[in-house]
Amino acid sequence: MTSRDPDPDASADVVARLVEVTRQHGDGAGSVRALKGVSLDVAAGELVAVMGPSGSGKSTLLNLAGGLDRATSGEVEVEGVALSGLSAADLAALRRRRVGYVFQDLNLIPSLTAAENVMLPRELDGVRTARARQEALAALEELGAADLADRFPEEMSGGQRQRVAIARALVGERRLLLADEPTGAVDTLVGDEILGILRGRADAGAAVLVVTHEPRYAAWADRVVFLKDGEIADAAEAGLVSAR
Amino acid sequence: MTIRHGLLALLTQGPRYGYQLRAEFEASTGATWPLNIGQVYTTLSRMERDGLVAPGEQDEQGRVVYSITDKGRAELERWFATPVRQADRPRDELVIKLAMAMTAPGVDVARVVQAQRSATMRTLQELTRAKRGAGGAQRLVLDSMIFQAEAEQRWLAHCEAVLAASPKEGA
Repeated sequence: MTSRDPDPDASADVVARLVEVTRQHGDGAGSVRALKGVSLDVAAGELVAVMGPSGSGKSTLLNLAGGLDRATSGEVEVEGVALSGLSAADLAALRRRRVGYVFQDLNLIPSLTAAENVMLPRELDGVRTARARQEALAALEELGAADLADRFPEEMSGGQRQRVAIARALVGERRLLLADEPTGAVDTLVGDEILGILRGRADAGAAVLVVTHEPRYAAWADRVVFLKDGEIADAAEAGLVSAR
Repeated sequence: MTIRHGLLALLTQGPRYGYQLRAEFEASTGATWPLNIGQVYTTLSRMERDGLVAPGEQDEQGRVVYSITDKGRAELERWFATPVRQADRPRDELVIKLAMAMTAPGVDVARVVQAQRSATMRTLQELTRAKRGAGGAQRLVLDSMIFQAEAEQRWLAHCEAVLAASPKEGA
């Protein structure tokens, strides 16, 4: 398991792949390179955490992996699809169907119940209401939040809201979950719970990429990547996981 | 002295043999603090001398059951009621290593810091993995170790920022 043999199945398992990705803002003397030739694979079943000081390129990396931003050079692939070749419309469709996002400010819509919030991306994608609701309830159920379905965001705790946000990020057939500082300002008990949920999604087969500046949350990952000045400085891997 | 108070606390649940005390001590602390049976018996005989525990009759296998005395209960009560003082920490090798890396010529401090960050992160990952299956007392013990490893990580990140702002002279 720890060998680096070219396993034919291994590449099929990679859900997000960054190859020598550079992101430059602006041109000429005033340009800033937010990311400098970063390569990273996130496989199905894997939780990868990205750590680094502010300005190190963490969020840029996450946005590129999810097709929210485009690389200046290098390539980003999601489930084998190279994003550089996609039209804006195709990229938007891929973002909707393949990628789930969880952000610090949870962005649940206050006037919608938990179930309606989770249904929303599917409805936007043209799925009929009845089926969208069915999928939403299944996603909530999977996260142990079935009892929250008819509650409004203000009737939930921080941890419950984040559970719903994660259900919304995963509803449908999305296998890539991207989380940018998902623990925000919650206390450590709720923060651990949120990482426990993300960990559970990875164990159930999703590829999860988490950006955090807090070591205690990064520690839930199989692999921790340290980013410094737009480059990968080092990586720590948990003992029992196969090397990649 | 903590082993002694730990054993007294276990004895409040009823009389115990030495080997039982050892097993229960480790179950409570998540085997993060292994005791050998010799330490248990040494501690018990000192506590017997001090009147904190009393031995019962030997059974046919020569084993002795210990129980807590009134004096033992009072001592335990005092222990629980007294906050632990931030002890004078033994000299911390990591702190000295970084101070020396700053001082000695030709040492890449940033590299020393990064190597330690990765190692401490691996420890943190292992502790977090262990915590997933733990409950009760064990979980709290692991949490304590996680907070300590986290503090070290934060300090190392701070060192990195300080170094970036004012690099070592001659580097």
